[in-house]
Amino acid sequence: MPELLALASRLLDVASWLTSPLTPDDYLGLIDPLLGARFPVGRVTGVWPETPDAVTLALRPGRGWAGHRPGQYLPVGVEMDGVWQWRTYSLTSVPGRQDGLLTITVKVTPEGRVSPQLARRTPPGTVLRLVPAQGEFVLPDRLASRILLVTAGSGITPVMGMLRTLMSRRPPHPDVVLVHSAPCARDSIFGSELHAARRRLDWLDYVEHHTRPHGRLAPDDLARLCPDWPERETWACGPAALLDAVECHWGRAGLGERLHVERFQLDPVLPPDHDAASGGRVLFTHTGVEVTADAVTPLLVVGESAGVVMPYGCRRGICFGCLTPLRYGRVCDLRTGEVHDRAGQMIQTCVSAAAGPLALDA
Amino acid sequence: MTLTRPAAIETALGKELGEELDRIRADIIAARAADDARYIRTVIAAQRSLEAGGRAALAVSLFPPAWAAGTAMLAVAKILENMELGHNILHGQWDWMGDPAIHSATWEWDFLTPAEAWKHTHNHLHHTWTNVVDRDRDLGYVVFRMSGDQRWRPRHLAQPLYNFVLAPFFEWGIALYDLEPDAVAAGRKSWRSLAADLTGFLGKATRQLAKDYVLFPLLAGPSALPCLLGNLTANTVRNLWSHTIIFCGHFPGDVQTFTEEYIDGETRGQWYLRQIQGSANIEGGPLFHILSGNLGHQIEHHAFPDLPSNRYAEIAPRVRELCEKYGIPYVTGPLWRQYGSTWGRILRFAVPGK
Repeated sequence: MPELLALASRLLDVASWLTSPLTPDDYLGLIDPLLGARFPVGRVTGVWPETPDAVTLALRPGRGWAGHRPGQYLPVGVEMDGVWQWRTYSLTSVPGRQDGLLTITVKVTPEGRVSPQLARRTPPGTVLRLVPAQGEFVLPDRLASRILLVTAGSGITPVMGMLRTLMSRRPPHPDVVLVHSAPCARDSIFGSELHAARRRLDWLDYVEHHTRPHGRLAPDDLARLCPDWPERETWACGPAALLDAVECHWGRAGLGERLHVERFQLDPVLPPDHDAASGGRVLFTHTGVEVTADAVTPLLVVGESAGVVMPYGCRRGICFGCLTPLRYGRVCDLRTGEVHDRAGQMIQTCVSAAAGPLALDA
Repeated sequence: MTLTRPAAIETALGKELGEELDRIRADIIAARAADDARYIRTVIAAQRSLEAGGRAALAVSLFPPAWAAGTAMLAVAKILENMELGHNILHGQWDWMGDPAIHSATWEWDFLTPAEAWKHTHNHLHHTWTNVVDRDRDLGYVVFRMSGDQRWRPRHLAQPLYNFVLAPFFEWGIALYDLEPDAVAAGRKSWRSLAADLTGFLGKATRQLAKDYVLFPLLAGPSALPCLLGNLTANTVRNLWSHTIIFCGHFPGDVQTFTEEYIDGETRGQWYLRQIQGSANIEGGPLFHILSGNLGHQIEHHAFPDLPSNRYAEIAPRVRELCEKYGIPYVTGPLWRQYGSTWGRILRFAVPGK
């Protein structure tokens, strides 16, 4: 089988001489988007609710999908009003499932744009763009014999991918304690599935902490719920406040090495206008130069005055010769006031200024 | 032909005109949505289907109807590919979709020149310095004299002949032009950079030529020769067509040219004004506009080179109305008239004189 696949990919390479400057993938993708490997996609095959505000989507990935490790996250592109919007969601499915499907679980941010679309207006059949799975918050090949998992809110999602993978494996299993924090039982994503698993599996202990009656989960609660915590390899995922507390607690105990933390990158909470007025620090990643930029000087000028060799062209926004990838942060289009903040997006530096701290690949 | 700027009055006009045109631009940017995305994807799908269909028919082109159908489909596919897709996508008109598959930074086209080299001479040099003598090399493509401000040389006597020869080989002309050999001769471009550009061109051209004139004919077996002739015909038709549309968008008799002094201290409004006065439209139906990459709306394209091409038809009446309001000539006419007028200009400036 692998030989057959290698032969097919060799044939496609040869055929690219016939489709030049396109690739055979561009034509295959026209027949079915899942056939094209150049821009991987997944087709939604099922959507079901987990809690009132969390939804799981099952995706059939196309030919370009390269697989993932349990705990990794997946950048997903959703088309809205003609524009591809990108968000990342944790993969909650076991890698290499028999049916070939992936699942992601989406927590709806009421004031967000993309998550309500994904959760409420994405019928089966919808095609989403995919980027290779990312992230180092994964189960290692050699597992510790005792594991503690600490999660809160949608922080359960990458951990669910790990747990389901463990459940799908043959014994021996590590001894696992999962402490999950949610506002109440109803809002606990995968709650009933995890309770059922705890009853069924002798190696899994699942504890739910409810913040509505008991307040936020604190390191002291952890010590109470899992007294042997210092002896366990620990994975934690959730809001920054919880992770900060956990990191501090583990650090003080000298156990920082045994703690793995995943922080979701949250959407900026400040309104664009607030940032746009102030500019920010700009890092040019290739040259390593870092300077402060105001909110009205084009980033092309900012870079050049700092000695960075930048791609340039007309210097007035018409030729697109200055396109530079945004590594992170926010820029403002000086002509339209539009704010761009997607990592990897190409920025017209001659007509864009800093709208907060940012990094450009230049 | 060359304008001298009546300073005060035009500064005021330029300011107002600039603001009104900026408003049109902002309206379209705010309105871009799913329908526009669907439009460009439909054109892409149609182009690829036509190309695949044309190639398939030419594979059995010993059968004459297959030759005719295959050649026609391939010619239309190549025209769409260069004009409505390549030209416009490379202008960044569709970058707003955030789709890496339809983006000015990643798109490559079925043309001898690599997209990167073409974007420099076209998007940057031509669109920034539109019709400025000595700055816009597209004003006559180095070999033609298209303005009384360009110095006459005896070789210009032969420019009707150059044009006649250039049309069927247009992509070769552009490829040579994009290498900027004149800039090397003038010392504005290094030999090293010419060598790099030449390498890029040879790599790209090899693939394009191998595809049309070696690989597909070989695959056609007994139909090899008609297949090769079909490919040659399709490429030639595409060259004739793009040459016609591009020349008619820039060189009809009434289109203005400018001096470097004229653009000194140019404001945004005056920049718009120059773009409008330096371009010409061609009238036609919706199909004509799609096949010309909407460059029949060359005036709108020059004012807003990065707005999606399918919107130019909608912008055109507003731009024309503004031109009437401010008394700016809006050069437009049917293809035959613009074509005749362009030839008239080529003949007129072939001989000395303003």
